[in-house]
Amino acid sequence: MTHLVGCVSAEEERRVRANDREYNEKFQYASNCIMTSKYNIITFLPVNLFEQFQEVANTYFLFLLILQLIPQISSLSWFTTIVPLALVLSITAVKDATDDYFRHKSDNQVNNRQSQVLIRGSLQNEKWMNVRVGDIIKLENNQFVAADLLLLSSSEPHGLCYIETAELDGETNMKVRQSVSVTSELGDPNNLASFNGEVVCEPPNNKLDRFSGTLYWRDKKYSLTNQNMLLRGCVLRNTEACYGLVIFAGPDTKLMQNSGRTKFKRTSIDRLMNTLVLWIFGFLVCMGVILAVGNAVWEREVGSLFQSYLPWDPPVDNFLFSAFLSFWSYVIILNTVVPISLYVSVEVIRLGHSYFINWDRQMFCSQCNTAAEARTTTLNEELGQVEYIFSDKTGTLTQNIMTFNKCSINGQSYGKYFIHVVFVCLSGERLDFTPFNPLADPDFCFYDDKLLESVKVGDSCTHEFFRLLSLCHTVMSEEKSEGELIYKAQSPDEGALVTAARNFGFVFRSRTPGTITTTEMGRTVTYSLLAILDFNNIRKRMSVIVRNPEGRIRLYCKGADTVLLERLHPCNQELMSITSDHLNEYAADGLRTLALAYRDLSEDEWEAWSESHRFADKATNCREDRLAAAYEEIEQNMMLLGATAIEDKLQEGVPETIAVLSLANIKIWVLTGDKQETAVNIGYSCKMLTDDMTEVFIISGHTVQSVRQELRSVWLCTSTIVFSQSTLGGAGKQLHGSPPPLPLPLSNVMDNISGEFALVINGHSLAHALEADMEAEFVSTACACKAVICCRVTPLQKAQVVELIKKHKKAVTLAIGDGANDISMIKSAHIGVGISGQEGIQAVLASDYSFSQFRFLQRLLLVHGRWSYLRMCRFLCYFFYKNFAFTMVHFWFGFFCGFSAQTVYDQYFITLFNIVYTSLPVLAMGIFDQDVPDHRSLEYPKLYEPGQLNLLFNKREFFICIAQGIYTSVVLFFVPYAVLSSATQSTGVPLADYQTFAITTATALVIVVSVQIALDTGFWTVFNHVFVWGSLGSYLIIMFALHSQTLFRIFPNQFHFVGSAQSTLLQPVVWLTIALATAICIVPVLAFRFLKLDLKPQLSDTVRYTQLVRQKRRKPVGRNAGGAWRGMGSVSEGRLGTRGGSRRSGYAFAHQEGFGELITSGKNMRLSSLALASFASRHSSSWIDTLRRKKHTHTPPSTSGECSPIK
Amino acid sequence: HILSHYNHKHKYISLEFNVKNQLKFTNRPDNTAFTQQRLPAWQPILSAGIVIPGFVLIGLAFIGVGVALFVTSRSIQVLERDYTGDESGTPCASCANSNVQNSFGFCFPQSQGPVFFYYGLSNYFQNYRRYGTSKDDNQLYGVLKYFTSPSDNCAPYAYNSNNQPIVPCGSIANSMFNDTFKLYQTVNGTRQEVSLDGKGIAWWTDYNIKYRNPTNNPLKDAFNGTVKPIYWSKPAYELDTSDPSNNGFVNQDFLVWMRRAALPDFRKLYRRISQDKYPDGLPAGNYSLEITYNYRVYRFSGKKKVVFSNVSWMGGKNEFLGIAYLVVGSMCVFMSIVMLIVYAKFKFPDEE
Repeated sequence: MTHLVGCVSAEEERRVRANDREYNEKFQYASNCIMTSKYNIITFLPVNLFEQFQEVANTYFLFLLILQLIPQISSLSWFTTIVPLALVLSITAVKDATDDYFRHKSDNQVNNRQSQVLIRGSLQNEKWMNVRVGDIIKLENNQFVAADLLLLSSSEPHGLCYIETAELDGETNMKVRQSVSVTSELGDPNNLASFNGEVVCEPPNNKLDRFSGTLYWRDKKYSLTNQNMLLRGCVLRNTEACYGLVIFAGPDTKLMQNSGRTKFKRTSIDRLMNTLVLWIFGFLVCMGVILAVGNAVWEREVGSLFQSYLPWDPPVDNFLFSAFLSFWSYVIILNTVVPISLYVSVEVIRLGHSYFINWDRQMFCSQCNTAAEARTTTLNEELGQVEYIFSDKTGTLTQNIMTFNKCSINGQSYGKYFIHVVFVCLSGERLDFTPFNPLADPDFCFYDDKLLESVKVGDSCTHEFFRLLSLCHTVMSEEKSEGELIYKAQSPDEGALVTAARNFGFVFRSRTPGTITTTEMGRTVTYSLLAILDFNNIRKRMSVIVRNPEGRIRLYCKGADTVLLERLHPCNQELMSITSDHLNEYAADGLRTLALAYRDLSEDEWEAWSESHRFADKATNCREDRLAAAYEEIEQNMMLLGATAIEDKLQEGVPETIAVLSLANIKIWVLTGDKQETAVNIGYSCKMLTDDMTEVFIISGHTVQSVRQELRSVWLCTSTIVFSQSTLGGAGKQLHGSPPPLPLPLSNVMDNISGEFALVINGHSLAHALEADMEAEFVSTACACKAVICCRVTPLQKAQVVELIKKHKKAVTLAIGDGANDISMIKSAHIGVGISGQEGIQAVLASDYSFSQFRFLQRLLLVHGRWSYLRMCRFLCYFFYKNFAFTMVHFWFGFFCGFSAQTVYDQYFITLFNIVYTSLPVLAMGIFDQDVPDHRSLEYPKLYEPGQLNLLFNKREFFICIAQGIYTSVVLFFVPYAVLSSATQSTGVPLADYQTFAITTATALVIVVSVQIALDTGFWTVFNHVFVWGSLGSYLIIMFALHSQTLFRIFPNQFHFVGSAQSTLLQPVVWLTIALATAICIVPVLAFRFLKLDLKPQLSDTVRYTQLVRQKRRKPVGRNAGGAWRGMGSVSEGRLGTRGGSRRSGYAFAHQEGFGELITSGKNMRLSSLALASFASRHSSSWIDTLRRKKHTHTPPSTSGECSPIK
Repeated sequence: HILSHYNHKHKYISLEFNVKNQLKFTNRPDNTAFTQQRLPAWQPILSAGIVIPGFVLIGLAFIGVGVALFVTSRSIQVLERDYTGDESGTPCASCANSNVQNSFGFCFPQSQGPVFFYYGLSNYFQNYRRYGTSKDDNQLYGVLKYFTSPSDNCAPYAYNSNNQPIVPCGSIANSMFNDTFKLYQTVNGTRQEVSLDGKGIAWWTDYNIKYRNPTNNPLKDAFNGTVKPIYWSKPAYELDTSDPSNNGFVNQDFLVWMRRAALPDFRKLYRRISQDKYPDGLPAGNYSLEITYNYRVYRFSGKKKVVFSNVSWMGGKNEFLGIAYLVVGSMCVFMSIVMLIVYAKFKFPDEE
């Protein structure tokens, strides 16, 4: 994705003339051919190698390789470095090549799509890549837009066309685009062929919602906005065909401009590892200097005298120069402290973990056929360290599915609440509407037959209730075949209400600008639609005025209870109080409520109001206000019908997940664009907020001062309560009285004892709280609260909040969301998780991990994350230990070989040690190890804490590993030294020759590190066995092979060690030495581990031990064991308790304006129902997905229906 | 009737379900123990029941081995004599100053089994990197091509000042130890030469595989156009003229020298005390050693010594190994006691 744009900076404005390729070619605009691939066959090798050698590690090894080619320095043969380096480079190259191959494939696929281009007056099929700027192309329904187009004309009236931008910004609702009126009249290809307008516009940029340009045609100027543009990546919907002028093509399109290189995320372990590697380099240099000084001294004192037998090499003329060379020689042989295989191994392990995530069936959502996906393979262990989760609400915590759950009609409440719909369905209590109503929606669930009875007996109130629901809405319907109705609603709750009415016999069939056709109890009725009094945020209600076939005019209104109940006729008093009770009840269940009312209008009243309405509508200034006033005027004295309760369905298992995660000491913040009431409501229903909480603070100040004031009081309140509860002494005293000026130092204290507080903050207050001078205060206050809900926040604010926590808390953050508005936060958090749900795939594309249910988060973090972290830490500890043990032997040997950089081991051993003899066991541990089984980590969420506190691998642990490695190297050198120096074979031949010594040490080393990995491995799968024993076996086999006569006969110059293996390993003394060294290395470790386990057991040890004991006793596994750590007892038992009091009704509409105006204006009414079919059939062959991602991912589920729970 | 209706409905639903399942679960990951991370596994834990007895066992085993080693090592006789000769009072006080034969006498106690005769050098860096590489393996493998053009590794002992190739080239060969010894037993006042066996003192692989003479016959022909190493008194093909299988590159003394030592203080096997005459070792008595003193070590303050020793199953005398085993064994036993106490006191939290 790097080769995006070449000449952006040069272009200041873009001039495009339609149908004039010659003119446009002058500017050399990019063609529509896109290339996301990096290499071709010829450039692959040089470019890839160049890229790889930009990695510091690789360059370092190249440098070592060059050093080794200097004979005076070379202490190792060239192959000891080149073999691992070549291996690493080729593994990476293969990976890059595969990635690029897939990019080539998707590029080709996209570039070869067909599109119809108007060339010389006729439409011709061209490949996408041959489309040029200035071409006019024809798009048909459901086609992808090939480039950024200026809409010229469409088959629809007024040059309108509809697009879906799910691929672009993730929003699935349709958007309307309209062409400039002069071009919309052009219509057919013949006229368009002669169109020669010229567009002057802004240069390519990445702003999706902005476009400014001018169209010059026939000496007139027309200004162009984003409203006239069709962007590449959109899909044409609901429009038979349209014509567009290509403005930006290929890499210049807004889509491609947006798909720049994503920010590269690194884990904290990565950063730590890099620091440690630098330290190790420093250490390496120190060792080199020490040994070089030693060499200088030795050469002066001994070497110069020893020259009769060993003269200095020709270029060396004094001991200082010799020391200088010796430094480099030692840098070469000690380089294995930073083994080249480290980075590759880490990548391999992470890749393995990623596959385990992809393969996890328990993170597979059967409803939408989506498995979890680790889209980034480099962040896994960070999943085990998360402290803060930032979650979106809609589509993440909730399903964004509304179900009609209960209703109150004329003082009578219907409906039962069930949470586990699935079980109820099977038990057969669900109402079956089919015999009663052939048009019923089979997916609709309702569980109270009283209501159906009431409809059947013809209760007038009930009928009126459902009539209202079938009339008062802005839903569009489509009927592909008789009875197969599909509703397209702006907001899902409106759809739920209309569907409810449909099932109870009041079926909304179709609408025209002036009529609504319904089927009422089997009878088709057409109402004439007089007015739609559309919804907006302030009114919180909508009404329709209809005239029924009998000619009676009636206003139907539905709206938020608070608003609607005020506007009732006084005679409703009694009904109102009953309904109000019902509303309270529903709200307590966490349902969204709406009140319904109607008003009969006389012809005169209607005429009068209609007049004032028209007047208001035509007003040029303050039209909105005047309209609102007009609406207000007529929505009075209404008769209450009842109330509906809609469940904003939580995703499965959300409260349980939140409970488990908070037991794991993870703090969850909900950041939502929703209103405060809705957000609080959801907070309660997913158990983030409970009525047990000491206090739920709400911050909604509009000014800096008020926000500061509110924060202060929250702070004061929490701190007083907390400190009066705890006996913190000094710290507490300081705090009392005055509000603390800068409460940051105490925030740690607050973290530990965060009481039962919750904070709800509004977007506009958040804007102030995020300002530089208040952010510290905000962070500490918010972190003192158990739950934080930010409502009405913008996407940018979401990211800001994440950045804030990253900055102040040094904690690992995770952001989870599903919509385009979550992208910013997903990208800025350490880990971004996308819910591959209904709101398009944009969030998924930006995310590092994706799955389809919020509840999988607990498994991702507590199981996969925890394991990954554990494995990575164990891997790193062992890896550093192993290499120090391996390498430092050379250091000790230096003191006995005149600091001459003589290696202790055979060169082949050095070459193979890291890549063959010891790589697989540690990889197996890094990939397969488990300390406790997965269900235990969910059962004891506290097991997650070591990761958050970074206990398993930090600088201290690193030094312990290093110390252990150095200790081992001391043992490995000095034990053979002490034993062999005076030992002889039983044939009398001394054992102190170099080759015997080398083999003894090497064998001891391999055995010691194998025993150590055996100790470190806690989970011996068949792979571990094979790898550990296999490594030992391969060591012996390879050694015997390398020391064999056959190889020596072929290359007498290469295999000096011929016969050494047999000769050495047949000696009992050698084996006694190896056993001694092993015992001295391992026994202290064993004793230490045992004592630690006894004196300071970790929770995981306890869990593991308990499990072992249980297995031994063969007791049935009781789920109550574990006592103190077991936290999540009752979370999963049904609807969690009852909440008294606080009524949290929410207005059930989406907070955008509806389609009202479009409906009445008739602009979007179509004549052919054919094209309407497109509403439902939304193929998302998501080529953009493949385009942006190297890997092909499955097509995401598109329509919401597919994701609904199993019936 | 209602019941049957429900049943019918049920069937319909489940049928539909099956069809849907087949379509729906195409992306479902495989349910294998591997992919689901449920591989059967052994999960060892350091429980007291294993660790403490384990320590006791290891400890006892080590103590047992240690005792055996210690006792064996004690039974081995070693006699060491420094003959560097640059200090007065040592057996060969004037050796260093003359090239002539010198001798000194010593007593040897009765030994069991054959006795081995070593020479030892100290402060001698055969393990120096450059020293180790300073040879030409191809040449020593008897490849004639490398006789005339020795490897660069051999510098500065690849060519002599007249640019003639040196064979065998390199520092190792050039610095070959060339003192010779003759051992006499003084029986009833008369010196009786003890026959020394120089066969089979080098590694089998060195003698049979690694080092080869060229196939030329006589061997001398192969060395045409080459010169002997600078410090050598006679060329390689004259190292042992009496025995062609001990001549040239397969001369046992040469092979012993070429197998370089790992540490700066080392011994090399010089001779075996001939088995036909002394199969059970040297009898106790007075011996004298006659040394032809050629090898110079005093410049770099090296030391030379001779060592006589017999061996056991575990090789020569080696007290360190026995003591180390005893110490480690006792530590293990001690640790097991400590662990037992700790375990008893802070019992691992049992099931709570």
